[in-house]
Amino acid sequence: MEKAIRRYMPIFVLPTFCAFILGFIVPFIMGIWLSFCEFTTVTDAKFVGLSNYIEAFKDTIFRHSFWYTVLFAVVSLIVINVVAFALALALTQKMKGTNIFRTIFFMPNLIGGIVLGYIWQLIFNGILAKYSTALGLNEWYGFWGLIILVSWQQIGYMMIIYIAGLQSIPGDVMEAAQIDGASGIQRLFRVTIPMMMPSITICMFLSITNGFKLFDQNLSLTAGEPAKMSEMMALNIFNTFYGRTGWEGVGQAKAVIFFVIVVAIGMIQLRATRSKEVQQ
Amino acid sequence: MKKKRVLSVILTVAMITGLAAGCGSSSGSGGSGSDEAKGKVYYLNFKPEADEYWQELAETYTEETGVEVTVLTAASGEYEKTLKSEMAKTDAPTLFQVNGPVGLASWKDYCYDLSGSDIAGELTDDSFALMDGDKMAGIAYVIENYGIIYNKALLEKAGYTADDITDFDSFKKVVEDITARKDELGFSAFTSAGMDGSSDWRFKTHLANLPIYYEYKDEGINNTDAIKGTYLDNYRQIWDLYINNATCEPTEISTKTADDATAEFVTEEAVFYQNGTWEYNNIADIGDENLGILPIYIGVEGEENQGVCTGTENYWCVNVKASEEDIQATLDFMNWCVTSDAGVEAMCKDMGFVIPFNSNLESENTLVNEANKYMEDGKTPVTWVFSTMPSEEWKNGVGSALTAYAADQTDANWDAVVTAFVDGWATEAAAAK
Repeated sequence: MEKAIRRYMPIFVLPTFCAFILGFIVPFIMGIWLSFCEFTTVTDAKFVGLSNYIEAFKDTIFRHSFWYTVLFAVVSLIVINVVAFALALALTQKMKGTNIFRTIFFMPNLIGGIVLGYIWQLIFNGILAKYSTALGLNEWYGFWGLIILVSWQQIGYMMIIYIAGLQSIPGDVMEAAQIDGASGIQRLFRVTIPMMMPSITICMFLSITNGFKLFDQNLSLTAGEPAKMSEMMALNIFNTFYGRTGWEGVGQAKAVIFFVIVVAIGMIQLRATRSKEVQQ
Repeated sequence: MKKKRVLSVILTVAMITGLAAGCGSSSGSGGSGSDEAKGKVYYLNFKPEADEYWQELAETYTEETGVEVTVLTAASGEYEKTLKSEMAKTDAPTLFQVNGPVGLASWKDYCYDLSGSDIAGELTDDSFALMDGDKMAGIAYVIENYGIIYNKALLEKAGYTADDITDFDSFKKVVEDITARKDELGFSAFTSAGMDGSSDWRFKTHLANLPIYYEYKDEGINNTDAIKGTYLDNYRQIWDLYINNATCEPTEISTKTADDATAEFVTEEAVFYQNGTWEYNNIADIGDENLGILPIYIGVEGEENQGVCTGTENYWCVNVKASEEDIQATLDFMNWCVTSDAGVEAMCKDMGFVIPFNSNLESENTLVNEANKYMEDGKTPVTWVFSTMPSEEWKNGVGSALTAYAADQTDANWDAVVTAFVDGWATEAAAAK
């Protein structure tokens, strides 16, 4: 059987591989090339060297959006993971209806970001109207609005990963800890969490990169109002690309910078949490 | 074992079929050889409200001549984005639109020189052509008007007629009187001045046209890299009037959409609604006899003689990078649209356009006819200079500042609008490459 799989492997991999090249590798290389060009359409570009990168680094709004995004990614990372872990712990206890709860907590994840953004915009503005203000008038309303929205959307997903992690902890380890007289808190921090490190790595990686890449929700919830102050990096790139004549290349340069930042942060995070994983 | 092998063969076949189907379709559509000789037309339409009629017109043309015409309409506000991606394709649009000089700047390398073409000869006035030096890069195909649309019946109910409104002061008096008696009358003066993305162009672009127009007029110019903002106090006056006499609180406008404003106007919650002739089909429900349009007065000397804002931001351009047959087919199609009975009928009647060509028919659009009355009375129409605004970024900056000012109407916040307007203009003009 194994031999057969090995023999047919290229055939099985081929469709996905083609799709990956067409949908990822080619646009990626084109994107990097275009970041050194001036262009109106992507097939008609003129090489201009590093000038796009110089413009991108000069842009103060881009720097603002970077710090705003960093803050957002950190806050959403903490909120999502703490709540999702707590929910996972609660829903692995022996109680009635855990499956119903799991399903309901997971459901927001099935709705698209744009739709969520508009729905939450109505909700937030409905509440804020009572205090005669609105989401688009203060960047921190937008910030916390996004945190609430993203938490609501992603907690369920991370919870499922944590539940899977919790269920894979061998019962005998827990039992041994209990017999040795470890308290509930001790068992959580000394046994459960170290055993859960693979799940924590995954969840933290997903939520930090999602936090950086956030686009749809940002676009539909605040659209960067007021005056680009709630504009995160992905939206800033998008607006640079389309906002001015002749700035497509600068948007592209920002996208490359953005890619480097996200990859670097993702790598550092992976290395940091992976080193804490223990062998079962 | 045998079963598994059969299964793997089935799976492989399924995957390869999917792959072949995916690649196959593109070669299929490219192989329609018989049409190649005749050329084909691909029109990327800017106006979603006219999409249905363009599709019909394209079908009629294909039936008559056998030339294939594809019409694709970009979603509202997405035209530039759609155009950018469509233009990068092998089958790029042969006919597309730019909105004026600023739009032309990014697409000028793609514009075919239309001078001497049949359709250029049909223009009633050369000013409707968009020139890039000596090259005729675009041709306007529709002339539109905007101003303050009002409900005649409600205005009468409040005790006024349009004749009472001749300048900003008289307009302000009427508006503030309606607001004062709002509860008794049961309606407000203005519809909500929504600053949501679907509606903010009415103020950051169309209303901002007026101070720019008057400044250009003073200076005797039609474009600039540095606006002075001479008439920004007037801009503030009219904006104050809009936001403080509307159906909603000024703090709520960031959440109000274009649909909200239209609904408020149609359900007779407000008398005045700043919008244009293109809105006719959406508000026709209140009855032709009740519809009128007023010039936007902002308190400038001599504005009694000002008409409504008349102009265009719809210029047809032909893609110079298309094949020769396709260019010819496109030119023939454009010419057919503005000369044949079917084409003119569709554009003037169905779409309700006023077209700047010899064949123009009298409009059935009440707002157009109301707007034309000002011209017949010898009023000077305000030209559309907003197509010289340096970039989308500039408009967005002004829009955000207007919203912030509406929520908290202090001088400091107005200064932010002025900064966005004047300094923003200089920055954006310098940034445009």
